[in-house]
Amino acid sequence: MARIVIDTANHIAGYAAKAARVKVVAAYPITPQTTVVEKIAEFVETGEMDAEYIRVESEHSAMAACIGAAAAGVRTFTATSAHGLALMHEALHWASGARLPIVMVVVNRAMGAPWSIWPDLSDSLSQRDTGWLQFYCADNQEVFDTIIQAYRICEDERVFLPAMVCLEGFILSHTYMPVKIHDQDEIDAFLPPYKAGWILDVNNPVTHANLVSPEWYMEFRYKIQEAMENAKKLIPEVDREYGKRFGFEYGGLVEKYQCEDAELIICTMGTMGAEAKIAVDNLRKEGLNVGVARIRVFRPFPIEEIRKLAKQARMIATIDRHISFGMEGFLASEVKASIYPLNDKPLVAGFIAGLGGRDVTFKTIEEIAKKAWKWLDAGVVKKETVWVDLRE
Amino acid sequence: MVTIKELPKEEYLLKGHAACAGCGPSIALRLLFKALGNKVILVVPACCTTVIQGPYPFTAFAVPLQNMLFEATGAAASGIAAALRIRGLEDVTVVGWAGDGGTVDIGIQALSGAAERETNFIYICYDNEAYGNTGLQRSGATPYGAWTTTTPTGKKERKKNMPFIMAAHRIPYVATACPSYPLDFVNKLRKAKEIKGTKYIHVLTPCPTGWRYDASKTVEIGRLAVQTGIWALYEIENGKFRLSPPSDRLIDKSKRKPVKEYLTMQERFRHLTEADIEKIQRWVDEDWEYYQALTSMERCF
Ligand SMILES: Cc1ncc(C[n+]2csc(CCOP(=O)(O)OP(=O)(O)O)c2C)c(N)n1
Ligand code: SF4
Repeated sequence: MARIVIDTANHIAGYAAKAARVKVVAAYPITPQTTVVEKIAEFVETGEMDAEYIRVESEHSAMAACIGAAAAGVRTFTATSAHGLALMHEALHWASGARLPIVMVVVNRAMGAPWSIWPDLSDSLSQRDTGWLQFYCADNQEVFDTIIQAYRICEDERVFLPAMVCLEGFILSHTYMPVKIHDQDEIDAFLPPYKAGWILDVNNPVTHANLVSPEWYMEFRYKIQEAMENAKKLIPEVDREYGKRFGFEYGGLVEKYQCEDAELIICTMGTMGAEAKIAVDNLRKEGLNVGVARIRVFRPFPIEEIRKLAKQARMIATIDRHISFGMEGFLASEVKASIYPLNDKPLVAGFIAGLGGRDVTFKTIEEIAKKAWKWLDAGVVKKETVWVDLRE
Repeated sequence: MVTIKELPKEEYLLKGHAACAGCGPSIALRLLFKALGNKVILVVPACCTTVIQGPYPFTAFAVPLQNMLFEATGAAASGIAAALRIRGLEDVTVVGWAGDGGTVDIGIQALSGAAERETNFIYICYDNEAYGNTGLQRSGATPYGAWTTTTPTGKKERKKNMPFIMAAHRIPYVATACPSYPLDFVNKLRKAKEIKGTKYIHVLTPCPTGWRYDASKTVEIGRLAVQTGIWALYEIENGKFRLSPPSDRLIDKSKRKPVKEYLTMQERFRHLTEADIEKIQRWVDEDWEYYQALTSMERCF
């Protein structure tokens, strides 16, 4: 029976791993991820979850163990944050290159130095090019639903790539919300047992990932790009089917709010996307036609959807909880790149906000929108990258 | 104890592999499969064996092989072992096969973790005493005095004692071997296969390319390593230290050949002075006093 649980996003991630019938979990603790793997340890030790739990000695080993287990034919799960994710970097490339559908929860946390345990997206976004799908969640229910969806998408033979399901530390990780845990039979019906793309099998031996000469390497890379394109088509389909079965749907790649007639579109990710909806409601009362495009899937990037929005809006204001030093926020860059081929382009303004966990409320977002609106009226973006609420 | 005749005829290291002529590790690999058969899943990190396989779409290995990141053999093997347990495949042996660099240096963390978790697998370090794959740089297992490309005047530090480090994890089985004593190696592998938990075998594998001797001399060099006592063959089973037959009688110092015979056959030791050689001889003699003491103990770890 489906039931409502009031719990933190981290614990909910544990519930989702259990519901997905994960068979091997390998993980290493780091704040604010820790309670994800504690919850799973509890499930495994009390026999509620039939899985092997490998208490590895580092995040690098966590990912390597998931790689080994997935290659040996079972569904795997891990979770990490920030420095743990950075330590995994090398193994992330290996997982996608080996086409293993590992699902990992990333509890977003800022990178040091200086130490910070509070959230921004620089940890996961700097893994942008590792060949992993990247989902960003806005609330605890979405965390649960996205983990289930992610397995279905990753294990589709048209994809066979790993996925990160990202949620912001503390804002979600330690915040209690009511979440519907769907009926296990229905989840089983939606998510069939793991079927690997290739497997380590003594009856049919393969040498996996041996040396590849320049004659062949590019083809392997091309296949990953192709899989990303396939995922782009599949994600909205899976999300729609999920919505029909379970009543929760997230707009596929991009969640759009009040975008139909919007002249200004606020484009952001994660919980700032949820907060921006409140800002938009208030701004609309003041007569400003503003909408929100919450990028739910950052890889593959929803280029086509951004173009559609760009054809109708006069301006897109991106808010990044991230900075690519020496350039701008990734979201700003990606949006600009997406619309480049259009003849009639909207203006794009980039805002950097909320680094290291600085609070970004709907009020902050209203101010951002008002600043952008002034530029919209003037027909020019006065400052390409604005650091919001910066102490000077 | 098996005899040569009892070894299976099947070859699971196929012809056409890409090792250098006279490569010690490839002899050890061939013996590995003779000993364990083909119900084996191999994990291989970056090392000479990455090349020995041959390039995609070809392979010289007739068993499933997962190539892995340089430092992650122990962890990947843990994942495979866990998956096999979940799938109920109890008759498949997981083998980590890594060079000395991937074992004593960069891979020690993952290996130590796997051992502490009592992961059910055999880990084999094939020790050519240098980083072969990247062109013969020094490793933590390179012996004192040896030339490598990063110790052009000879290494100034001693070799890391990895088998003892592994024994200190209190795993059920640790052994040393050398392919110049094939039956000793095969017996140790077969014994390891029957034991549950983490098994560690450290195999000294002469490397003509790195040690700079004629490719026809690999077996002879390995024999000399054992006969001079610079490489002792032993087992540590549940903490009990026992010298293996080829080494056993060398407790008697007069039975050991002088290390000079071993050292002077290899160009990597060419620049050693008489004083260096004497120092190495002294260390070897001290090691043997230590082995003698260990032999008399009920448990050394
Ligand atoms: C993280 C990382 N650092 C460096 C390398 C480059 N590398 C590949 S193999 C190797 C040396 C391997 O030496 P060893 O483990 O002794 O095995 P051998 O090549 O001698 O068989 C190095 C340094 C790598 N693959 N990964
Ligand atoms: S360098 Fe040495 S260990 Fe490596 S393949 Fe050549 S002979 Fe074998």
